[in-house]
Amino acid sequence: MVALRDIRARDFARNSPGGMSVKHTSMIKVEGLTKRYARHVAVKNISFEVGKGEIVGFLGKNGAGKTTTMRVLTCFLPPTAGKASVAGFDVLEQPLDVKKNIGYLPETPPLYPEMEVGSYLEFVSKLKGIPSADIKKRVDEVCDRTSIADMKKTIIGKLSKGYRQRVGLAQAIIHNPPVLILDEPTSGLDPEQQQQARQLISSLSGDHTIILSTHILSEVEQSCSKVIIINNGEIVASDSVANLHNRGRATEIVAIEVAGAPEPEVRQRLEQVAGVARVVSRDARDGAVAFEVEGMENYFVRPDLARAVVQSGWNLTELRTVGETLEEIFLELTRSERKPAVESTEEAAAQ
Amino acid sequence: MRNVFTICGKEVRSYFSSPIAYLLMALFGLVFGFFFYSETAFFVVEGMRQMMMGGPGQAMSVNEIVIAPLLGNASVVGLFLIPLISMRLFAEEKRSGTIELLLTSPLNDWEIILGKWLGAMVMYLCVLAMAAINIGLLFYWGNPDLRPVLTGFLGLLLQGGAVLAIGAFISSTTKNQIIAGGATFSICLLLWVLSWVSSYNEAGWAQAVAYCSILTHFEPFSKGIIDTKDVVFYISTIFLGLFLTARSLESLRWRA
Repeated sequence: MVALRDIRARDFARNSPGGMSVKHTSMIKVEGLTKRYARHVAVKNISFEVGKGEIVGFLGKNGAGKTTTMRVLTCFLPPTAGKASVAGFDVLEQPLDVKKNIGYLPETPPLYPEMEVGSYLEFVSKLKGIPSADIKKRVDEVCDRTSIADMKKTIIGKLSKGYRQRVGLAQAIIHNPPVLILDEPTSGLDPEQQQQARQLISSLSGDHTIILSTHILSEVEQSCSKVIIINNGEIVASDSVANLHNRGRATEIVAIEVAGAPEPEVRQRLEQVAGVARVVSRDARDGAVAFEVEGMENYFVRPDLARAVVQSGWNLTELRTVGETLEEIFLELTRSERKPAVESTEEAAAQ
Repeated sequence: MRNVFTICGKEVRSYFSSPIAYLLMALFGLVFGFFFYSETAFFVVEGMRQMMMGGPGQAMSVNEIVIAPLLGNASVVGLFLIPLISMRLFAEEKRSGTIELLLTSPLNDWEIILGKWLGAMVMYLCVLAMAAINIGLLFYWGNPDLRPVLTGFLGLLLQGGAVLAIGAFISSTTKNQIIAGGATFSICLLLWVLSWVSSYNEAGWAQAVAYCSILTHFEPFSKGIIDTKDVVFYISTIFLGLFLTARSLESLRWRA
C-alpha cells in the first residue's frame, strides 16, 4: 500500500514538468469564506484553491463543515462572508454559470424513488441543459461508466444502497462538468463497490477537477492528490498526501528487510551507505533481518540501500519509507481538546 | 421555458406513478358522481311532476337546475381535494433531499416554481375531467347550453390555480406533507366560509373580508358570466401564491 502510494507520488511529480507544480489555472477558489447559521458558525474564514485536474480530498469529522463548504460551492447556500468562485464564476454573482460547470453528489443522493433509473437520468439531463438529441447517448454512457446499465428499467425505490449511490454519481457526471463536487461518494458501498467508485473517480481526474469529502482515510490516500483537513470549520492542514506524511520531518526513515545474511553483517553494510545516520533493529520473520534506517537530512537513501543489499548478494524482501500514517496526522490535527488551550494563550498574548 | 416543461412533465409523471393521481380521480369521480345523480334525478322527478300537473309551467333549464349547482359542488369538492395535490409539491423534495438537485441545477427558481405549479394544474385538470365526463352525458341525452359549462370550467380552473398556488407556498415552508396538507386544507376551508361574514354584517370590513372568499368569485362563472373582477381576483391570488413560494424558496437558501 505504502509503496504504491510512493509510486503515485512520483508519477504525480512526473506529470507536472520539473516536479514543480506549474501554475495551474485554479478551477475553485475560496477566499475568507464564512458561513454562519442561526446559532453557530459552520465554516470560519477558510481559503483554498484547487487547480484544474486536481483531486482534492476534504477530510474532517462529522460536523466539521465539509458539507457546508460544498453547499456554498454548489450555490445551494450563500456564504455569510467571503468569496467563492468555480470555473471563474462567482457563486453569488453568477450562480447559473457556476451550476452549469459543476456536477454535485450530495450526501444523500437526490433520487426520486418512484422513477425508473433511465427516466430519472433523462430528467436530470434535461435539467442540466443537455441538448435533446444527445440525451440518450449520454444516459447510456454514464450508465456504462457507473455499471448500472442493467438497472435502467428498475424503479429507484427498489435499488440497494450501493446502486443508489451509483445512480447519484451518474447524475453528477451526466453533463460532463469540469468540476465535480462529491459529498462522501463511497458511503454505503461495500468494499468492492468502494474500490470501483474510487477507480471511477480516479478515471475522471485529468479532465475534471474534483473535490470529494470523506472520512475514510485510505480513500484519500488512494484517489487524491491533495488533502484539505478541516476541523470545527477551520482548515488545519492543506497539502499533498506525500507532504502530509513527511510533515515535520526533514529526514527520511526507511524500513528494510533482508533475507539470507546474519544481522551484524547487514547492519555494518547498511551503516556504510552514504547518508545513513542511524540503523535500528526491528523484529523480523524467521530467516530475515529487519532494520529501520534513518537517513541524514536531504539524502534520499533508498536507492543506495537497495543497491548495497543486492550487490552483497542478499535478498531484499522489503524496502519502504516509514511515515506517520494519515490516521495519526488526522487525529493529531483534529484533536479538539488541545486547540482551545492554544487559542486562549494566543488571545492572552494579544491582549 | 424548456426547464418549466421538464419540471412540469416530471411532476405529472410523479403523480401518475404513485397511487395519488388515481385515488384523487376516483374520490372526485365518486363524490361528483353522487351529486350528478341526485341533481339529475331531482330534475327528472321535477319534470315529471310538472308534466302531470299539466299546467303551462315554465320551461325547465338543465343549465340552471343541474349544471350550475353541479359546478358549484365541483368547486367545493375541489377545495377539499386540492390540498392533497399541492401538499407534496415542495415538502417531499425537502424531505428526500432532491430539492438539492433542483437548486444546484442551472435553473431559475421561478422555472422550478412555475413548472411544479403547472404540473399540479395538469393533475387538477385530470380530476376535473371526471366532472366533464358526467356533464358530457347531459350533452349526449339532452341539449344544454355549452357556454355556461365552458365558463364554469374556466372558473374551476382559475379557482384551482389560486388554491394550488397557495398550497405550493405552504408546501414550500415545511418538510412534512401532512402539515402542508392540513394547513392548506384549513386555509381552503376558511377561504370558503369567509363569505358568510357578509350575510350578517353590512360593515365595510366585513364586505372586504367576504371579498377574499374564494367561492363567491366562482358563482358568476357557473352562471356563464365572466366578470373581470373575479378573473383579476383569481389571477392576482395565483401571483401572490407563487411569489410567496419564490420568497420561501429563497429563504430556504439563507436559513438552510
